[in-house]
Amino acid sequence: MPIKDNDISQDLELFVKESIAAGMPFAIHGGGSKDFYGNPVDAGPLDVTAHSGIVSYDPTELCITVRAGTPLNELESLLAEHQQVLPFEPPQYTDKATIGGAIATGISGPRRAYSGSVRDAILGVQIINGEGEIVNFGGQVMKNVAGYDLSRLIVRSLGTLGLILNVSIRVIPKPERDLSLSFEASQEDALAFFQDLRLKLLPVTATLWKDGKVYIRFSASEKILQSTQQKMASEHKLDEASVTDDFWQNIRDHKDDFFTLSDKPLWRLSLPPTSDNIVRINDPQLIEWGGAQRWVNSNAPANIIHSIASSRGGYATAFKRRQAGCAVFPVLEPNLLHLHRQLKRKMDPHNLFNPNRMYQGV
Amino acid sequence: MPLDLNTKNDLIFRLGEILPPASLITKEEDLKPYECDGLSAYQRLPVAAVLPDTIEQVQQIVKVCSQLQVPIVARGAGTGLSGGALPHEGGIILGLSRFNKILDVDLKSQTARVQPGVRNLAISEAARPFGLYYAPDPSSQIACSIGGNVAENAGGVHCLKYGLTVHNIQQIKIVTIDGELITLGSETLDTPGYDLLGLMTGSEGMLGIIVEIVVKLLPKPHAVSVLMASFDKVEDAGNAVAAIIAEGVIPAGLEMMDKPAIHAAEAFAKANYPLDAEAILLCELDGDAEQLAEQICLVDKTLLNARASNIVIAESAEEQAKLWAGRKSAFPAVGRISPDYYCMDGTIPRKQIAFVLQEISRLSEKFDLGVANVFHAGDGNLHPLILYDANKEGELEKAEQFGAEILELSVKVGGTITGEHGVGHEKIDQMCVQFSPAELTQFFAVKSAFDPMSLLNPGKAIPTLHRCAELGAMHVHNGELPHPEIPRF
Repeated sequence: MPIKDNDISQDLELFVKESIAAGMPFAIHGGGSKDFYGNPVDAGPLDVTAHSGIVSYDPTELCITVRAGTPLNELESLLAEHQQVLPFEPPQYTDKATIGGAIATGISGPRRAYSGSVRDAILGVQIINGEGEIVNFGGQVMKNVAGYDLSRLIVRSLGTLGLILNVSIRVIPKPERDLSLSFEASQEDALAFFQDLRLKLLPVTATLWKDGKVYIRFSASEKILQSTQQKMASEHKLDEASVTDDFWQNIRDHKDDFFTLSDKPLWRLSLPPTSDNIVRINDPQLIEWGGAQRWVNSNAPANIIHSIASSRGGYATAFKRRQAGCAVFPVLEPNLLHLHRQLKRKMDPHNLFNPNRMYQGV
Repeated sequence: MPLDLNTKNDLIFRLGEILPPASLITKEEDLKPYECDGLSAYQRLPVAAVLPDTIEQVQQIVKVCSQLQVPIVARGAGTGLSGGALPHEGGIILGLSRFNKILDVDLKSQTARVQPGVRNLAISEAARPFGLYYAPDPSSQIACSIGGNVAENAGGVHCLKYGLTVHNIQQIKIVTIDGELITLGSETLDTPGYDLLGLMTGSEGMLGIIVEIVVKLLPKPHAVSVLMASFDKVEDAGNAVAAIIAEGVIPAGLEMMDKPAIHAAEAFAKANYPLDAEAILLCELDGDAEQLAEQICLVDKTLLNARASNIVIAESAEEQAKLWAGRKSAFPAVGRISPDYYCMDGTIPRKQIAFVLQEISRLSEKFDLGVANVFHAGDGNLHPLILYDANKEGELEKAEQFGAEILELSVKVGGTITGEHGVGHEKIDQMCVQFSPAELTQFFAVKSAFDPMSLLNPGKAIPTLHRCAELGAMHVHNGELPHPEIPRF
């Protein structure tokens, strides 16, 4: 099915101008698959899903320019037709997830630790700014240092700095094949394995540990994968049963049992990958990104979770199923929060875009 | 604006309270080395240059300047090519050359914590015993400082595969205009809040003073190979670049040189370049031995299909070094065939390479100035070297105009006026071509969030709307005259 080509930027521009005149802030949403992420916004909704389609795509430029409302699954299929993928493998928590939402939240999937994040891949944005004007930053080329890098700033700003219309993203060649292996390991051994892996030049594109097992995905040509499998088999007692095709997709989209069967709050811990195993909580953990992203379903008090993360030089996010009154994001240092508020005030002087979604005043 | 005498005396007195005499330079003859950076066509003397040793001193200096409203221009090694460290006539140069220590190299986290004055290459040298290296390698890497690299978001020949500075740093510490010390980024793969680390990178010293950097280090590739392909037509070389990418190969480096550049480099470096070729491509591949063999085979085939007239594969380190020596000496080599040259830095979509090269040769005839093209073809980053003689009246102006038209052409074909050298003082007028008044206003808004009194490197990188209007070289979109708010006579 071709991607629906529909440019409503003029309507959106008019809407923002009218909102400025009326002093009415709004809550921007795409497919709503990540509505839970961030503080609730006390404002009327603005649906941008109708703004969809490919603005330009030339595979040899390794760049695609796409409207924010374009569904991720359709974008993914188009890229696959040209043997390309998004380097950050964004989650599709529902089939409505859009590229605009992926950019605004900056949430990446399993490949992130091996081929970069959303912000690493962004080349340019077109936004409606705080004065209701359509403006462009960055471009379609890999190297571009003209002006401040506002396209990277837009990534994971949760729609608080402007309304994203189009984004230009760097894409990468899709490796010929994937090979996923698993073997039994304690959490400690898994972390040591991941550490060791970082110094090797194996074609790793995803790593994971849960329920006493390491899972690893390699992506390369058939021949390289064969020799990789031999290397792995000589060092680990690999499971006989193969890892199913949809395993990584279920991890990416939080459809794995780990994410769906628990009713406890889901925490995301972003830690230095070298961090040791966490023993202070007994709840099950799922480790991704070679140790840099750890998930835990836990009823432990928020301050305990935050201190587990901050004592290791990382931070925790109350990702989903939050307890009442629990803030989503960790507290910023006063100096840093001040900079955030200043930036928000300057970029969004009428306080229109998703007020307070990230922090009070941001 | 020059500083009034009272403020100047007050400033120097108060800086003297912070710094020992040897770290505070105020005599005109001693200030000479600071009057320009790597773009020596523009020169200006600052009121003073300060060379602090500690972060606390930087904080105190910034506080004093902030109170007295004195502009601050941060400076690393002074190798920048866009006049970003050109002094402000009423301001000080904040030299970070004494921040030259590598504080820590950590194998486990594959990072190095360094001070901003550390040379780019020194990081890779310190990491070598661990089997690691720092990937971004601007051609000035033996001299340029890492702090300057962050301020300019420096690139180099390996960006296509390994990214720019912004992709290879994890954390920085900055001193804000209020004199506060703030850490941006962390050892984790992301941080809460806005990506201020990304915003600071490439901000040309206009948002804060960078005083410490944590860079990422990569394991050294097990094997490297370099292919050199010759072409009878420049156009074929341009198309070969796209063909390699289309095969799904991301080379570590993919460089192109045209005939004048080949001849200059060969005369200088004796790299065994083919003198009859219209263009050559240098393609560096790396990885583990098995992956590498596969890639060489594929690239070799692709180059032949793209009508390469000859392909040389350099397997040994010596042969590779020889091939690279030609490319890396291209600038000094061109310096030998022309009294002066002016290096441009536009980036264009790869598919436009052949067209843009044709246009550049047309402009070369129009201005009656020679040009040699060397560039990072893999990421479309052009470095046309315009040949001129500054002693001939009017030639510098002609070269500048030629350069400006190349940059405008880059914007027209969907590219940008600067890929890796920065806007600085040099390309400020071309910013009016690339950005609309609303976009420039947005940049000023961001600047004011960090630096409300505009004291950090003022007047660089972002032109005022007034300047753009006066210049007349502007964004004319749909026939609408830009800046209608500004009167015109």
